[in-house]
Amino acid sequence: MIRFLLLFSRQGKLRLQRWFTAISEREKKKIIRDMTTMVLARQPRSCNFLHWKDLKVIYKRYASLYFCLAIDNQENELIALEVIQRYVELLDKYFGNVCELDIIFNFEKAYFILDEFLIGGEIQETSKQMVNRAIEASDMLQETMEEYMSKPAF
Amino acid sequence: MPAVSKGDGMRGLAVFISDIRNCKSKEAEIKRINKELANIRSKFKGDKALDGYSKKKYVCKLLFIFLLGHDIDFGHMEAVNLLSSNKYTEKQIGYLFISVLVNSNSELIRLINNAIKNDLSSRNPTFMCLALHCIANVGSREMAEAFASEIPRILVAGDTMDSVKQSAALCLLRLYKTSPDLVLMGEWTSRVVHLLNDQHMGVVTAAISLITCLSQKNPDEFKTCVSLAVSRLSRIVSSASTDLQDYTYYFVPAPWLSCKLLRLLQCYPPPEDGAVKGRLVECLETILNKAQEPPKSKKVQHSNAKNAILFEAISLIIHYDSEPNLLVRACNQLGQFLQHRETNLRYLALESMCTLASSEFSHEAVKTHIETVINALKTERDVSVRQRAADLLYAMCDRSNAKQIVAEMLSYLETADYSIREEMVLKVAILAEKYAVDYSWYVDTILNLIRIAGDYVSEEVWYRVIQIVINRDDVQGYAAKTVFEALQAPACHENMVKVGGYILGEFGNLIAGDPRSSPLVQFNLLHSKFHLCSVPTRALLLSAYIKFINLFPETKATIQEVLRCDSQIRNSDVELQQRAVEYLKLSSIASTDVLATVLEEMPPFPERESSILAKLKKKKGPGAVSVTDLEDSKREGGELNGGSDRGPDSGAMAASNASTPSPSADLLGIRSAAPIGAAPTSAGSLLVDVFSEAGPAAPSAAVNDDGFLRDLEPTETSDSLLVEGSGDSDSAPPSEDPATLLSEADELLNKFVCKNNGVLFENQLLQIGIKSEYRQNLGRMYLFYGNKTSVQFASFTTTPQLNVQTKPVEPLVEGGAQIQQVLNIECLTDFSEAPLLNIKFRYGGALQNLSLKLPVTINKFFQPTEMTSHDFFQRWKQLSLPQQEAQKIFKANHSMDTEVLKAKLLGLGTALLDDVDPNPENYVCAGVIQTKGQQVGCLLRLEPNGQAQMYRLTLRCSKDSVSMRLCELLAQQF
Repeated sequence: MIRFLLLFSRQGKLRLQRWFTAISEREKKKIIRDMTTMVLARQPRSCNFLHWKDLKVIYKRYASLYFCLAIDNQENELIALEVIQRYVELLDKYFGNVCELDIIFNFEKAYFILDEFLIGGEIQETSKQMVNRAIEASDMLQETMEEYMSKPAF
Repeated sequence: MPAVSKGDGMRGLAVFISDIRNCKSKEAEIKRINKELANIRSKFKGDKALDGYSKKKYVCKLLFIFLLGHDIDFGHMEAVNLLSSNKYTEKQIGYLFISVLVNSNSELIRLINNAIKNDLSSRNPTFMCLALHCIANVGSREMAEAFASEIPRILVAGDTMDSVKQSAALCLLRLYKTSPDLVLMGEWTSRVVHLLNDQHMGVVTAAISLITCLSQKNPDEFKTCVSLAVSRLSRIVSSASTDLQDYTYYFVPAPWLSCKLLRLLQCYPPPEDGAVKGRLVECLETILNKAQEPPKSKKVQHSNAKNAILFEAISLIIHYDSEPNLLVRACNQLGQFLQHRETNLRYLALESMCTLASSEFSHEAVKTHIETVINALKTERDVSVRQRAADLLYAMCDRSNAKQIVAEMLSYLETADYSIREEMVLKVAILAEKYAVDYSWYVDTILNLIRIAGDYVSEEVWYRVIQIVINRDDVQGYAAKTVFEALQAPACHENMVKVGGYILGEFGNLIAGDPRSSPLVQFNLLHSKFHLCSVPTRALLLSAYIKFINLFPETKATIQEVLRCDSQIRNSDVELQQRAVEYLKLSSIASTDVLATVLEEMPPFPERESSILAKLKKKKGPGAVSVTDLEDSKREGGELNGGSDRGPDSGAMAASNASTPSPSADLLGIRSAAPIGAAPTSAGSLLVDVFSEAGPAAPSAAVNDDGFLRDLEPTETSDSLLVEGSGDSDSAPPSEDPATLLSEADELLNKFVCKNNGVLFENQLLQIGIKSEYRQNLGRMYLFYGNKTSVQFASFTTTPQLNVQTKPVEPLVEGGAQIQQVLNIECLTDFSEAPLLNIKFRYGGALQNLSLKLPVTINKFFQPTEMTSHDFFQRWKQLSLPQQEAQKIFKANHSMDTEVLKAKLLGLGTALLDDVDPNPENYVCAGVIQTKGQQVGCLLRLEPNGQAQMYRLTLRCSKDSVSMRLCELLAQQF
């Protein structure tokens, strides 16, 4: 299973985190620090896999953003790499040419899309169409834009 | 299409995020955040009730602040309130906040559970999914208690929507992982298996993760999934790339599902049903064939997905380890990848080959790639790839290529990354020892290791080289010459000085004939390093000096001079000072004879397992190294004769009372009569205190673990096995003479692993017969001592070691007579060393002294356990931690006849199980070892290969030290 997913920028700023096992906040912070320093220190064109404690770390960089997964030791690295790819594709499809700013400003959407794709560290749905349909359906449930724009800013 | 057009802009949130991004400094950011927190707090506390939108917005802001790395200690209540909102977006944000920021506040969990319950029963699939996601993300015990029975119902209900089924399957998986006791198997389990047949690929993908996890824990209950999985896999593998529509990923049909199916199959042995097996082999062949076909797309996603399936298929082939043809094909495929331009593939090929190297079918095939792997070690730019290459070299090493591999690893060490040096050093040291035929090569290798990477050479490594040099007289002269040369280097590592000091102190005489390495030259060379060394090394050197005085009387004056100088005799370090004072005194007052006795050459160390290997395993964590033939691994836990991995020092500890060189040694000496392992106690060698480090007992104890402390207190119940004599008279007198441990003692021991009665020992004078019986953790042993001569044996004593209360046997044994002794044995915990028995008597005028290993081995305390095939495999799976398994592949030493094997396996004490192993040639046994403290379940599988005259023996026990020990014992039996 996937233990956690982290998105961070080239400067090491965390953009998204999802933990699929129960871990204390302190431990999380330590892991985030370890992951960012470890992954950011990698030379370009290195392989996308690392051993870290008893886990495998799979990472890939898209533009300014690093996607980093930790999986159990017996899991398949290549398919995990494609989990990242598929998630990026889903984001891209939703935001249209997704960039780091989209994720910063719409972090909650990034979470919702992730939750449609992965649950509890396992893949729920691999079909892009299916996930998008689910996200769109939930958007349909939302109130109209006008309704929101009329609300005060603070 | 930008998100705002989707109708959900929270403008306040966007403004806040912009503000944060515009902050020029960390301080400004914190200030802005604090302002916002104050604002939100006042809104939440305010009298005016907040509307849903505001609540949602503020909760979302809190979430953002949290994600920036700040602690959030309020707002949970508002988030919980959002859960019961009937507006979807509000509910959604509420759930998100809770799943990210869950607080184990039980009050809150109750409220959350309430909201979840409502949503689950709402029959609105979107709401149900939100609730299920939340349970899966939080996965707390309280949630499991509340929903573990509800979710299986949702999962298998006929009218549940597919998307809800998917969420429910994975939600249940999470609960099963966190609280397996709360997820009860039931009628739903059989229906879950059939989800593998579901039309909706998404449902199958989600369900298979659940099924895999359940199968690992309850293999028999889910056995039917094997044939379902095979047929599903076969359909996918043979489908055209467009058949599966959106489940085709870059021209690869359903890669995720394929990988999951192959992984599920790895929970089981090869299918017994011939048709199913045939179909599966066909699938595996198709997957291997596809790897050779030209790619349907140049995109890396295509090749990744395709190769992901290929690697998973190879894992399955390795798991089955029964199809030589497929194994060799897998190996060839990985061989191709070794040279692939994709770094990822090279990395994975190296990793995968490591496991392949341990299969007897493919070990040779893996070895053919040695040059490529060595090249990878030298030229890969990426350190993680080089590390895998080093791992693979280690895994593929055997006697035929050890010299080459060790040489390459050594040369790599010169430039290796710091992060992997220590591990490399251990690996080199292990391989050098394991495959040494020629011990001068071994000595060279280790000294090179110290030269190249001295800082990374742990104590275990240099202790070991000294043990080996001391025990092998054919290499001592060479070792002395080599360390002498190595010490010539102007800057040599302190570890080299330690080894050099010790070896020259023992064997400097072997090279003293050459004027270039005359005693004085040797001494001056050592002493030239003295001032640069740390205190423990200096202490060691001082001991080497006193040894020199004995070896070379001509150096006495010079050395006394050195000892006498203020920097030694008044050294502020109490240990050094004491050594200087005592050695000086000793050298001036003791006669040559006394000196020669006190400073005699070190006796051989008991042959023990290498502790280095244990260190490597500990370092890498469980399962990281595949060490299949672990004859030299460390035994942990209590042992009869004391600790398992001592440095070269502790063997001599007991003798230290001869010289009382340091307070610590003195302390030890008082009770040194307690026999130590198999170490023959030569009458006191001063080197004993060499390693007591900086003096008082504590540091030396630290070096030795608790091993020798146990030696000193033989009656402590912390000892694993208590051999209790049947009498209660006074303890046997300590032996004055070194007992000769019979060299064949281990063979004697091996003879009795599978039987309880027989002749334990026989020479011209004496015959010792043995009869023993065991029940649970208790045993009784009758020893019969027969005098074969016609002359009386006088002062006949027998001393089972660790036994202080033996009833002495009759001191006189008449010619031709036999006397009997009874030992009561209780096994307190598992152990690996057999207890020793010392026997002494006078025959004619001569004192006879012998020491035997009593044939008490851990398997004597077996209770056979009958079980069905199902139970067996279930337990087998449960004992799947790598350290719980011990495996050995070895040549047959005895007849491979079925009846003989059966008799031996029964003699072992386990139950021999029929109809368990799918291969009728194999033997499968089960038993429980009873010790006072615990019961250790053991499963055994012996696979004979008549053609190759080989066996593969696999042990899985609930305690890893037991697996090791049994494996080691049994490997001698067949």
